[in-house]
Amino acid sequence: MNIEQLDFYTQAILSMAALVGLTSFLMLGQGRLLRLIFVFAMQGFLLTLTTALAAYSLDSHHLYISAVLTLVLKVILIPWMLRRQVLKMAMHRDIEALKNNTAVMMGGASLMVFSYYVLHPIVQSSSIVMLNALAVSLSVMLLGMLLMISHRQAIAHVVGFMSIENGLFFAAIVATNGMPMVVELGIAFDVLVAAVLFGIFFLHIRTSIDSLDVDLLNKLHEVDK
Amino acid sequence: MGDQLMNWLIAVLQTILFVALAPLLAGWVKCCKCRLQNRKAPSIFQPYRDLLKLTYKQPVVSEQASWLFIKAPYIIFSATVLAATVVPLIAVDLPTSATADVIVMVGFFAFARFFLALAGLDVGTAFGGMGSSREMTISSLAEPAMLMAIFTLTMAASTTNLSLAIAHVLNEGLVLRPSFVFALAALILVAVAETGRIPVDNPATHLELTMIHEAMILEYSGRHLALIEWASQLKLMLYGVLIANIFFPWGIAEVLSIQALGYGLLAIMGKLAVLAVFLAMAETLVAKMRLFRVQEFLSFAYLLGLLGMLSHIILEASR
Amino acid sequence: MILVLAYSAVLLSFFSGLLGLLMHQRRHIRLFSRYWFKRFPSDNERCQPVITACLEEKRFPVLLRQAVFVLLGLSGVFAVLAGLSVLISKEVVTDQLSLGLPWLPWHVRFDCLSGFFFLIVGIAVSAVSLYGPGYVNSYKESQHPFAVLSLFTGLFVAGMLLVLLADDAFFFMIAWELMSVASYFLVAFQHENSANRRAAFLYLLMAEVGALAIILGFGVLAGFADGFTFDALREAKLSTTWASIAFMLALLGFGMKAGIVPVHVWLPEAHPVAPSHISALMSGVMLKVALYGLIRFCYDLLGDVHWQWGVVLLILGTISALGGILYAMMQTNLKRLLAYSSVENIGIIFMVLGLSMIFMANSQPQLAALGFLAALFHAFNHALFKNLLFLGAGIIQHQTHELNIDMMGGLIKKMPKTSVLFLIGCMSISSLPLFNGFVSEWLAFQTALQVDVLDNGVLRSLIPVAAAALALTAALAAACFVKVFGLIFLGQPRSHHCDKAHEVRDKGMLAGPALLAGLCFLFGIFPGPVISLINGVSGQLLGQTLPNDATLGWLWLAPVSADQASYAPPLVLIGALIAGCISFWYLRRNPATAIRRAETWDCGFGGLTPKMQYSSSAFTMPFRRIFAKVWIIDERIDKDMHGAMNQDVAAVHYQLQIQDHSWPRLYEPIARGVNNTAKLVGRIQTGNIRVYLGYSFATLLLLLWVIS
Repeated sequence: MNIEQLDFYTQAILSMAALVGLTSFLMLGQGRLLRLIFVFAMQGFLLTLTTALAAYSLDSHHLYISAVLTLVLKVILIPWMLRRQVLKMAMHRDIEALKNNTAVMMGGASLMVFSYYVLHPIVQSSSIVMLNALAVSLSVMLLGMLLMISHRQAIAHVVGFMSIENGLFFAAIVATNGMPMVVELGIAFDVLVAAVLFGIFFLHIRTSIDSLDVDLLNKLHEVDK
Repeated sequence: MGDQLMNWLIAVLQTILFVALAPLLAGWVKCCKCRLQNRKAPSIFQPYRDLLKLTYKQPVVSEQASWLFIKAPYIIFSATVLAATVVPLIAVDLPTSATADVIVMVGFFAFARFFLALAGLDVGTAFGGMGSSREMTISSLAEPAMLMAIFTLTMAASTTNLSLAIAHVLNEGLVLRPSFVFALAALILVAVAETGRIPVDNPATHLELTMIHEAMILEYSGRHLALIEWASQLKLMLYGVLIANIFFPWGIAEVLSIQALGYGLLAIMGKLAVLAVFLAMAETLVAKMRLFRVQEFLSFAYLLGLLGMLSHIILEASR
Repeated sequence: MILVLAYSAVLLSFFSGLLGLLMHQRRHIRLFSRYWFKRFPSDNERCQPVITACLEEKRFPVLLRQAVFVLLGLSGVFAVLAGLSVLISKEVVTDQLSLGLPWLPWHVRFDCLSGFFFLIVGIAVSAVSLYGPGYVNSYKESQHPFAVLSLFTGLFVAGMLLVLLADDAFFFMIAWELMSVASYFLVAFQHENSANRRAAFLYLLMAEVGALAIILGFGVLAGFADGFTFDALREAKLSTTWASIAFMLALLGFGMKAGIVPVHVWLPEAHPVAPSHISALMSGVMLKVALYGLIRFCYDLLGDVHWQWGVVLLILGTISALGGILYAMMQTNLKRLLAYSSVENIGIIFMVLGLSMIFMANSQPQLAALGFLAALFHAFNHALFKNLLFLGAGIIQHQTHELNIDMMGGLIKKMPKTSVLFLIGCMSISSLPLFNGFVSEWLAFQTALQVDVLDNGVLRSLIPVAAAALALTAALAAACFVKVFGLIFLGQPRSHHCDKAHEVRDKGMLAGPALLAGLCFLFGIFPGPVISLINGVSGQLLGQTLPNDATLGWLWLAPVSADQASYAPPLVLIGALIAGCISFWYLRRNPATAIRRAETWDCGFGGLTPKMQYSSSAFTMPFRRIFAKVWIIDERIDKDMHGAMNQDVAAVHYQLQIQDHSWPRLYEPIARGVNNTAKLVGRIQTGNIRVYLGYSFATLLLLLWVIS
């Protein structure tokens, strides 16, 4: 298979997949919280575009709704909430010194290869595009995990979690041409609820340990060292 | 035979055009930058006047300098001109691009840089050493990123011959290749670093903490300085043409008729003019980085190149 | 005929070693010659005065030295001739020598692969023998006897040549040990220094451990074959597991000799302490012999290679290439730096060899041949330019008595000829176009770019990354050798010795490097002949040659096809000359603008001193910061304070120590383990003789029980 032989829709989807992958990498290497949130919003925007593209080319109207939902939730609402949170806690000037940045990046790149490798036997039967898109979405999920592992700020953890969800969503759009409306609505509200819950959670962490640095949660360890 | 001769002639002509137009591009960038920064702009022909003035001046050379210092400008200039012969400017399918492919072109850059860095060390001042050390650091990080980006292109076109690769992109029509997006971004970052523009180096300053390229050539004057300046303008143009013609090849002449060639010339000048505006905007908007931030900048470029390569392998050519 | 050439190369090197032994036998020879002339006075009338003149006390050592090196040089020439003739005729010559074990005479086989390495050895030995007489003059006879040096040099060269000729495992190991042990004595030649003895011991230890691994590798093969000749070993049918075990053992053994990270530590210790022409031979040639062993073992004896082996080689090669050059960059001792750079180049060769294996196992024989070509060509080039650089380092050491590049500077004006030769070496090793290093690197990139034909997704993504690492290596090598050349030859002299240095007077000392430099340039412009020679090798070994695309003509290099890549170095050279001449002519025509000399600009402060120049550690500071984790860096800045309130800085002391990770990570644990085991074993050695008798008795009982 060669990319020249594919139709324009598939090419566009592949490009989107690549860009979504790129935003994941950008998030991984980002030390500033506000920029992290901005890149996260960019990823959401790319998802919106993908959904709209799928809706247009498949001519299924309910996907438009889900595109709008994505736009509202992941591009506007959640980033706005996170941003407010950061500003309120005056963390927008903090730069998290990322240890082993290069190693984490290279690890990310190898995760991408790994996810391709893992999915290769599974999707042998279906189309190539599916394999590629699924590989990218799997790597977006893995990169989200890596983001949570490598960053210390709780807000970065939330962003990582949300980007895992983004990866799932992307896979759903591309692989199944859109899920049933009910499921999508459900997921959308799940995400919203998760965001709200995280907001409350932040409040609690902050009141108990006076910071959002998750490494400081070690203090809650009962046994004295 | 006559055809062959004609082709070689056009190739030589293209090289001369390359060399002749390079100062114009530099002048245009300067002009755009001045306008953007609310300053009065010099004429876009000012670089020509500067070069001419320098060639008439008597060169002053340090007593410490050896023959290498005096010969280096000629070597640097020739190596850069050779790199220019490889890159298709107005027409593809010229014989010169078969004599050396894109890897050799990178080799020419390395050649010029090697002598520039040696010339910086020759006089034995702290500035020269500083410049050489920094230049070699940055270039050794930039080179893999650049090759990564170029490999993405050459693997997509399955040739390292630049002319054939451009023809391949041209004949393919509009294909959205995710790998090209990454490669383009990587190449732009590398170009910024390699041509010594903001945010990596500032061509307009002689401040010791920040300078890289200027530190190496601090001891040069007269015609030697003219050659080095010209070579660096040529390098800027080379990167511009690479970016413009690889990723947006439309307009380049595929047949060697006067009309097509003229059209190709206009097309490339237009593309370069637009690129220069972007460069000027970026230089106005972005602040210069600390030296030890450059590695992050370049490792990002490398990452982009790597992603481009991976997405070529994973997304585009799988079987 | 071909074999006669090869044998005479071996014998000549052997005799050159023996001839050196006559150094202290001047009296005996004179007596002997007198006796001879008395006995046969008639037919030696004209010779007699010549020989007596030769045996004069002053002239004898000089003449003998020259004679030794002439023999060595002849051996090199014969080796080149033998190699060329077998490569051109593409024959396989076999022979048996009635030496060795009674039931296993020494088998000899001379084919294209051996011939190609004969060529490498021959060129290097010839250059060294031109260089040698001048260099060894500086050794004091009482402290460093020439006889020892020449004996072991001869044995060393003979050993290397015999390794290439061997066609059975026993002969191979004997030759291998001859090479190893002889080179041990050469490393230990300047043994008055304890550090040198330590380096030599380390070398011997690692050489023997490596040899052990090779023996085991042969043993595994022989377990499945009937006999120890290579013909029998070729026929052996191994399961994948056993083949892989044999491969790993061979890789360990040959890799130890070749200097692959992490078993490279003997190189940077041993090379600086050996005499320069010997380190040139060791680095330029002996490492190649190890490479030959690996190629012979994998491609010829094991036969079908697996792609996993290729991946192992690729990864090890990448690590060695990057690690080697990064460590090289931090060195201040010139020869140590060159030794680390050998690690880098061997890494590059292993990488490309790995690619070749991967392509071979994926049934792409043509691409496998391309990778093989790139690997062998790089081996050839490395032999040339590394020899050149080591000989150059020898000249510098000879003239300035200094190996620390922080103490040099400004030599370009004192030693103009040496500086040009060294510059050519630096440009070749930095793989700049127009020089031979670039051609092989170009071929390596071309090999890596053919990855599209592979099916395996992991390989497809691994190889481009390796290619990028290769690019990084090349760029770092350029930076490293800018540092080397810039600090040694450019700038102002940093020490008294360098200020007083002058060009070498001995013509031979310049002729040897000049020969190599000329070859570097020649094969950079016309790589065709070497490539067609290597094509013969791959034709014989892999059964596949490359069609160098003939449509473009012989000036072009188009390994795969003209549509994919082409490179025409002669045309590039012509273009460079034209561009350079035009700019030169145009700018120089105005006589009013002749160059004016003036003082260096000193920012108006005055008094630039050599100490203000960038030093080695200053030059590499950005690299040290960027790749900080590669080394163990111990950096200390102490300030001497004095004056009122102790606030004025009187002096600043800066100390920098950079260490290899492999010592604390790999070798020290092993050393501790060995020590602990030795202590455990030591417990049974009570020192009481009756206990020992008891051990013998118990062993006897045990053996009796076993056989019953």
